[in-house]
Amino acid sequence: MKPNGHFGPYGGQYVAETLMGPLNELAAAYDEAKKDPEFQREFQEILRDYVGRESPITVCKRLSEHLGGATIVLKREDLNHTGAHKVNNTIGQALLAKRMGKKRLIAETGAGMHGVATATVAALLGMPCEVYMGVIDIERQKPNVERMRMLGAKVNAVTEGSATLKDAMNEALRDWVTNCDDTFYVIGTVAGPYPYPDMVRDFQRVIGDEARRQCLAKFGRLPDEAIACVGGGSNAMGLFAGFVDDKDVKLVGVEAGGKGLATGEHAASINGGRLGVLHGSKTMLLQTDVGNIIDTYSVSAGLDYPGVGPEHCYLHDIGRAEYSVICDDEAIAAFDALCRFEGIIPALESSHALAEAIKRAPKMGRDKILLVNLSGRGDKDMENIMRYKESKNV
Amino acid sequence: MSNRISTCFAKAKAEGRGAFIAYLTMGYPSLEVCEKGVDELLAKGVDILELGVPFSDPFADGAVIRSAAYKALEQGVNLDKVLESAARIRAKHPETPLVLFTYYNLIFSKGLETFAVEAEKAGIDAVLAVDLPLEERDELLDVLKPHGITYIPLIAPNTPIERVKASAEGLDDSFLYIITVKGITGARAELPPELTARLDEIRAAVKLPIAAGFGISTKAQAEVVAKHADGFIVGSALVKRLGAEGGFAGEILP
Repeated sequence: MKPNGHFGPYGGQYVAETLMGPLNELAAAYDEAKKDPEFQREFQEILRDYVGRESPITVCKRLSEHLGGATIVLKREDLNHTGAHKVNNTIGQALLAKRMGKKRLIAETGAGMHGVATATVAALLGMPCEVYMGVIDIERQKPNVERMRMLGAKVNAVTEGSATLKDAMNEALRDWVTNCDDTFYVIGTVAGPYPYPDMVRDFQRVIGDEARRQCLAKFGRLPDEAIACVGGGSNAMGLFAGFVDDKDVKLVGVEAGGKGLATGEHAASINGGRLGVLHGSKTMLLQTDVGNIIDTYSVSAGLDYPGVGPEHCYLHDIGRAEYSVICDDEAIAAFDALCRFEGIIPALESSHALAEAIKRAPKMGRDKILLVNLSGRGDKDMENIMRYKESKNV
Repeated sequence: MSNRISTCFAKAKAEGRGAFIAYLTMGYPSLEVCEKGVDELLAKGVDILELGVPFSDPFADGAVIRSAAYKALEQGVNLDKVLESAARIRAKHPETPLVLFTYYNLIFSKGLETFAVEAEKAGIDAVLAVDLPLEERDELLDVLKPHGITYIPLIAPNTPIERVKASAEGLDDSFLYIITVKGITGARAELPPELTARLDEIRAAVKLPIAAGFGISTKAQAEVVAKHADGFIVGSALVKRLGAEGGFAGEILP
């Protein structure tokens, strides 16, 4: 890594000058906290006593048997308090905010999971919280909006642009640049300017570190492949971080193919985008020929983002990780399969990773292990899935 | 390298006034009205033009400029069209400094070298990218320099003075854009009381001219700023007026 958070040509700090001060302050504070055993102890204690870590790994016996190939193993982030991996990161950032003497938390959210996780930790630590959310997302993720409000957060509807995650992030940046003295911006993924991609990866690496240990304990060896969905890419980066030095473990990121790459209606930034600069970092972006950002599409709101974490682009370039694409239909089929074969209702986001594993498993020997990050549970998606199925008559 | 910018500041200084820098979001309400507005502004004493390129995600802008950008985009205005417009303005106004005011992705996406060639051809003197701080700017500056195009750095209220000096380094025929308040673009009823001392501090630290912007919308505000800076920038107020009235009849500023 070059200075200021570059991963090869990716990353960096492409922000308004007013934010350079706060970013430098944040980077210094994070650097210090990282080395402080007391900070780490408090973080680990909340993960254990409040989130319920460690989360187990679960062997999908019936599903694997049905597929007749590799064994699919799930890392159960869906069992965390708040129902997804997002809370690992919001706890870390909120503790850092408190340490820095910041008085107020703000966040952007798409599917609402990061918003809920931020509102949750704001309540836990007694800090006021405002969450920016596009009106389109507010409409399709109503239960999460209610959860945030119940937790005491103010949800600010964003009506501009495409009124989705990227616009919510724009509005959060405007708030931050105006109120940076006392406000901490809790970014929900491994995107944004340095130090966010590093910091969020570090707070999420508990996923990969635990899973590695758990695989060794349960199987006496590491998995052959570690698979995770990638929107901004925080759950994937958290999983990958635990295995990136194990050269024999293949790392697979799964992007949202929406209605198919050829239709243009997707959210696959690495597979379908080109290099650009947005929200503070240089990364692969879905953009028009003239550099405006394209409205993305996925059945899963949590993957609906036109960029991707810069470190993913780098892992892709150096060949350490591969990135595939799963379309809506395949994700929904995987969702159904996990419900019926294993009694687990996965988030639509995580269903993308699962769908990739379902594709790969039958082509592999029964002695192979596919570790899938089940990044969240699907309760929030019920209405969407019913609507999707009605529209397809299935 | 042209010396339009330094010539302009020198002239304003000789006349005992601050340089008037006007920002317009190009394409709002239309390119045609903008070009007509430019003629009026220049006839009424504006010294330097900032031509804003509309972007889909204007995260550093206030409501007025955002709304203008979205409307310009709806009409299909993009960087190419703004450069064509700049070339027409340049043909009519050979001495006026033209600053292209943009988000970085728009020029990065085009390819920096291609952009530099086209911007030079259009008669652009300087580029200002709102999301390209000191740490990241070299890749652009290295490409612009051989084409005689300079860069305008932004200086925020919380930029340390050593960093102000570093931002000014290596730039000729440029000026520092001093942001008056932490926040986004847009008119404000009152400028912060600490602003004048801050301008004095910066002016004493650098050789380049300095101009203050963000929040300035009246003659009275501009006059205060001009006592402590070499120029002042007015954006949102002009964008709003051009959109509502289609021109600048009477005085530019109330």
